[in-house]
Amino acid sequence: MTTTLDKAIGQKQQNWQTSVLNSQTFWVFAAVVLACLFLSFATDSFATPKNLYNITRNVTFVAIIALGMTMVIITGGIDLSVGSVLCLCSMILGVVMHAGYNIEIGIAASILTALIVGAFHGILIAYIGLPPFVVTLGTLSVARSLAMVASGNTVVFEFGPDHEKLLSLGGGAWLFGIANPVLYMIVLALVTGFMLRWTRFGRYLYAIGGNEHAATLTGVPVKQIKVAVYMISSLTAGIAGIVQTGWLGAITTNIGTGLELQVIAAAVIGGAALIGGTGTAIGALIGAALIEIIRNSLGLLGINAFWQGVFIGSAILIAVLFDRIRNLRLNK
Amino acid sequence: MAILELANISRNFGAIQALNDVSFTLEAGQVVGLMGDNGAGKSTLVKMIAGNFRPSHGTMRMEGQDLVLHRPIDARKHGIEIVHQDLALCNNLTAAANVYLGRELRKSLGPVKILDYATMYKRAGQIFAELKSETRPRDLVQQMSGGQRQAVAIARTRLTNPKIVLMDEPTAAISVRQVAEVLNLIRRLRDQGIVVVLISHRMPDVFDVADRVIVLRRGNKVADKKIVDTSPEEITGLITGAIATA
Repeated sequence: MTTTLDKAIGQKQQNWQTSVLNSQTFWVFAAVVLACLFLSFATDSFATPKNLYNITRNVTFVAIIALGMTMVIITGGIDLSVGSVLCLCSMILGVVMHAGYNIEIGIAASILTALIVGAFHGILIAYIGLPPFVVTLGTLSVARSLAMVASGNTVVFEFGPDHEKLLSLGGGAWLFGIANPVLYMIVLALVTGFMLRWTRFGRYLYAIGGNEHAATLTGVPVKQIKVAVYMISSLTAGIAGIVQTGWLGAITTNIGTGLELQVIAAAVIGGAALIGGTGTAIGALIGAALIEIIRNSLGLLGINAFWQGVFIGSAILIAVLFDRIRNLRLNK
Repeated sequence: MAILELANISRNFGAIQALNDVSFTLEAGQVVGLMGDNGAGKSTLVKMIAGNFRPSHGTMRMEGQDLVLHRPIDARKHGIEIVHQDLALCNNLTAAANVYLGRELRKSLGPVKILDYATMYKRAGQIFAELKSETRPRDLVQQMSGGQRQAVAIARTRLTNPKIVLMDEPTAAISVRQVAEVLNLIRRLRDQGIVVVLISHRMPDVFDVADRVIVLRRGNKVADKKIVDTSPEEITGLITGAIATA
């Protein structure tokens, strides 16, 4: 009796093979690989160093923000403001550097702006109890407007004494010819993945998304964690803004328009469920990669760019439908 | 000696008086049944002892010391554990993660502290074995039966050596065989000198396992008797108001 009980308790429900085959992330990854293989054979221009360099770099801005978005979505929240926050942070960086301050001060001002916006979201959501959708929808409008106020709605393309430093920060390739933004993305993804899997903070994000009431009852500091997660989300938008500014070499008040939808799409395709409780860092990257490859391949295959929305939208639906079907099977 | 002493506890939510001047003491090695109809104030009382909210009036004393709880974590620090009615489980986490929710074991990895998965799985497995429950620490709670979910919630109280365990309707949603298991577990806790407060609607369970029964009606304590001095009929009368007080 005791041995059978011990055996039953020690048994694992799934081995790693079945859990890999059951994960949405794995199948999206497979789709990405298949698409890459197909494009390598079908076109001459896909598997060229130049195109791959462009793809990996283009992925990063969506992917970096998708990391923060995934954390928010895991808690069952949403952050619609990221595109506008990216714009505001870029603009603060640009305006501060244009005024003659050095790059460190510019970046510090930009990051501080992001953290203030995130804390503002978090406090309204966690302590006042406003819905995340509404709060961040408000900031979607406010942040872009502030960016226009800060810049006088002009294009900023002169960044003072540290102009070259900023361009090299975003546009350079300091390590093995890998574009810098890609390096930042990899580092941030590793940090995010580590936090989600190995820290108490990460565990609490999943707990809040799974059952916020239970988390509160068991003593999880739900409110503080929520403030922190919205600050992280805005922070990733701010970082993406800084990097993108260095890459583009100019900022308009239009950058990041509609970006929030791409970021949310990346997170959802990568396995984050909007009801909360699931999502991974690697999923965010793979989701962002799939979106970028769809965009890139349509161009290379000579398909009218107007079709882009259809393909990206279909990818979202297929990924979510896949997950739904898998859950139905599990619950039988 | 009294482990926990409640003196003239009242709690109102706006105009609603959930508890009105309730006093009693809990002594070591007792199982106390806390009974009452829906809305009688049982859950309010439990949540107050668990640190979820504070009394509007009155005081709580634990082993002679004033007890002021600001958060659930404070109650735990004082040796008060609670099994919530809805079990307070996160379906998307594993059994072990749920057992350790809010007090995860961590180990140092250089300058940072990381979750100690191995020890948590091992300890959770040992606790499930103690509880004689076929519950696998690595499984998601989502796919578990009512009895296994109950075992996960009860396993939380075994992480420390609590003085008081509050159980809110632990037998409401499980099979007959599992009810007997839970009642046995309650006896095991009592034998270790732990006070078990059993909040229940099920008269047979209370008369099976409790030494004493406290009845609440509309926020007032209407009875506090030894089980041997009362009967299910009398308690039913007290709960419904057919008998005013005893």
